[in-house]
Amino acid sequence: MEMYRSHVMVCRGTGCTSSNSEQIVKNFEELLKQHGLENEVVVERTGCFGLCALGPIVIIYPEASFYSLVKPEDVEEIVNEHLIKGRVVKRLLYAETIENDTIKSIDDVDFYKKQVRIALRNCGVINPENIDEYIAFDGYKALEKVLTGMKPTEVIDTIKKSGLRGRGGGGFPTGTKWEFAAKSQADQKYVLCNADEGDPGAFMDRSVLEGDPHAVIEAMTIAAYAIGSSQGYVYVRAEYPIAVKRLAIAISQAREYGLLGQNIMGTDFNFDLEIRLGAGAFVCGEETALIASIEGERGMPRPRPPFPAVKGLFGKPTILNNVETYANIPQIINNGAEWFAAMGTEKSKGTKVFALGGKINNTGLVEVPMGTTMREVIFEIGGGIPNGKKFKAAQTGGPSGGCIPMEHIDVPIDYDNLIALGSMMGSGGLIVMDEDNCMVDIARFFLDFTVDESCGKCTPCREGTKRMLDILEKIVEGKGQEGDIEKLETLANTIKNSALCGLGQTAPNPVLSTLKYFRDEYEAHIYDKKCPAGVCQGLAKYTIIEDKCKGCGICAKQCPVTAISGKPKTPYIIEHEKCAKCGVCLEKCPFGAIIKA
Amino acid sequence: MTEMEFKEKLSKLESIINEHKNQQGALMPVLNETQELFGYLPEEAQKRISEELDISMAEIYGVATFYSRFTLKPRGKHTIGVCLGTACYVKNAQEIIDRIKKEIKISAGETTDDGLFTLEATRCIGCCGLAPVMTVGEDVYGKIVPEDVTDIIKKYQG
Ligand SMILES: Cc1cc2nc3c(=O)[nH]c(=O)nc-3n(C[C@H](O)[C@H](O)[C@H](O)COP(=O)(O)O)c2cc1C
Ligand code: SF4
Ligand code: SF4
Ligand code: SF4
Ligand code: FES
Ligand code: FES
Repeated sequence: MEMYRSHVMVCRGTGCTSSNSEQIVKNFEELLKQHGLENEVVVERTGCFGLCALGPIVIIYPEASFYSLVKPEDVEEIVNEHLIKGRVVKRLLYAETIENDTIKSIDDVDFYKKQVRIALRNCGVINPENIDEYIAFDGYKALEKVLTGMKPTEVIDTIKKSGLRGRGGGGFPTGTKWEFAAKSQADQKYVLCNADEGDPGAFMDRSVLEGDPHAVIEAMTIAAYAIGSSQGYVYVRAEYPIAVKRLAIAISQAREYGLLGQNIMGTDFNFDLEIRLGAGAFVCGEETALIASIEGERGMPRPRPPFPAVKGLFGKPTILNNVETYANIPQIINNGAEWFAAMGTEKSKGTKVFALGGKINNTGLVEVPMGTTMREVIFEIGGGIPNGKKFKAAQTGGPSGGCIPMEHIDVPIDYDNLIALGSMMGSGGLIVMDEDNCMVDIARFFLDFTVDESCGKCTPCREGTKRMLDILEKIVEGKGQEGDIEKLETLANTIKNSALCGLGQTAPNPVLSTLKYFRDEYEAHIYDKKCPAGVCQGLAKYTIIEDKCKGCGICAKQCPVTAISGKPKTPYIIEHEKCAKCGVCLEKCPFGAIIKA
Repeated sequence: MTEMEFKEKLSKLESIINEHKNQQGALMPVLNETQELFGYLPEEAQKRISEELDISMAEIYGVATFYSRFTLKPRGKHTIGVCLGTACYVKNAQEIIDRIKKEIKISAGETTDDGLFTLEATRCIGCCGLAPVMTVGEDVYGKIVPEDVTDIIKKYQG
């Protein structure tokens, strides 16, 4: 690699790209050329730095100046001041890095201080489209170690000893999975990577593929060696075009370097990879459905057993792991099982990446050791709730998970603790809700999702989730009746016990968990016909404030059901029985005299 | 699309099919690339795929209708996507999509009469940090409020 005096790292993760970071890269390149600096300063496009809320982000090394909310027109100032005169542009620095006029290292700010980056190690650090950079950061060293000095059984033992569990949802021990497949005898075996990332609100897999694709390729090659496979597939969502493109570039570079293909690193080991695109079906994240989809069929789950480790893709022994799971593998091989197992709780080792979203200040991606508490993640790293609002709950595990209320916020995060609370780790989406969110509406939202995504193969899921959704819709519309909660509970238990695949088995969780912690909100909707958070339109009550009403009559003219009456110049009145809750009157009143409660 | 363009695309389809023909599980990559090429899966294209991959039309139809990315009807010139993933939903994405529906007078899944816009409710597109998010074609708009919708749509009406 060439030597440069400065490295300008511009985030080209999805968040920053959508706020125009490509233009920032172009401006840097152009201005550096104008000043004849293109051989001294290099501009690199990187993956996500994690702090997407403050994007676009630019970091300049060696000073490690962390610029946030950079606009294309700011580039000129950065070039003139920072890169030419050596003066940091304070006005653009991430405010948290400035303390009493001195500049703190980014590792000391609250957002990064408690993070430990293993899976996200290279994200934002290297240019993902250049294999040499990955190699310069110890890339493919683990593969070399494995191919030249370890037996497949030793690789499996190392992964088992590390305690690594699947990061895609279930938390199954990775080493044990590999061992099953290694023991199956067959002429061909397959290694699959699940990059379908279905949880709506999680984007860590996307960020790893966009920021460090070689880590996944290296890990899959190691897995192939361990189980005796020569062909792998990465199943990626078609909605992730940048990830697909970077992965394709990485695969072809790895082939050029002899790190994929025949006789890898001069040994007699062969392995190659293909990308397969999903086509927008959540259920395809389930392993047997994913396999059916790669085979070119409708992505419907198949009964297990036989388990994929015995009879998987094209009828051959197959392992499937999640992107983040793979991203840990090279590190475990390089640093040893003990190093990894020293982090975390008794039964959950290492770190977990969370996508912080919803009502939280620092939305973005964070990686913390297992055992960190929810409070630390939300209030320290995440910077708490915006606009002085009160925290209500954090939802983990997406449509399969549940919510964690304030009273359990000090629980250390690991697989088993979250299950005990009625939620689950899932893939790591962590959505924060404040007092303005209605928990019944959130439950309805998730059920709507599962009804939409149910593949329809088995009745409990196909019909049962629909019936649950009907009841929830009635409740949020203000038509809930006594007995609805009990009906929901009965249906939930039936579906959990009889659905064929994980989608159906876990679909009732968001309802059960909100019922467990926020039963009073359900009761308020059903018995008092009130939505305490003021979200549910059907329960809204529009009222005219007498003192403010000027009697102009505009509202009455606009009301589609003639629910408003009155005489000009005197306060108008809304007939609540007639009102269709359309909200038009509130929008049209020129004097702000109508309120919704 | 004119007839000429359509014919051209059909010949491109030929090379897509040839590229994947000998792969195991070729149908999905072929359908994905066909969808990309035409913007939908025309019946004529399905027929060719059926013949050359030796897969029945019924099976292709079954697969095409199972996955939400595949469409059997042409789309509008611009596809407007509103993310209704969890992170966006808790930040009022519903109001955004309601506003767009009012603005262009169609529901999710429909195309405007002039063929300009197709509206879709999408799932997480991985920009949760910028929630709520809407997309028009490849362009992503983050941290929007319902009032922004009119101006965004105007940009594509010109
Ligand atoms: C409905 C459903 C959707 C799933 N979606 C995903 C997904 O998007 N990504 C993922 O990695 N795992 C998903 N899983 C879990 C996978 O079935 C599988 O357990 C996982 O990919 C195995 O990898 P791991 O052991 O490394 O986690 C899903 C499971 C179910 C039941
Ligand atoms: S549980 Fe639902 S998604 Fe799973 S197989 Fe049954 S119908 Fe399909
Ligand atoms: S529009 Fe407002 S001010 Fe006019 S009559 Fe209605 S409530 Fe009163
Ligand atoms: S909310 Fe709609 S229906 Fe109700 S009074 Fe106002 S305009 Fe009429
Ligand atoms: S996309 Fe740039 S920081 Fe996340
Ligand atoms: S939930 Fe909307 S982008 Fe993720």
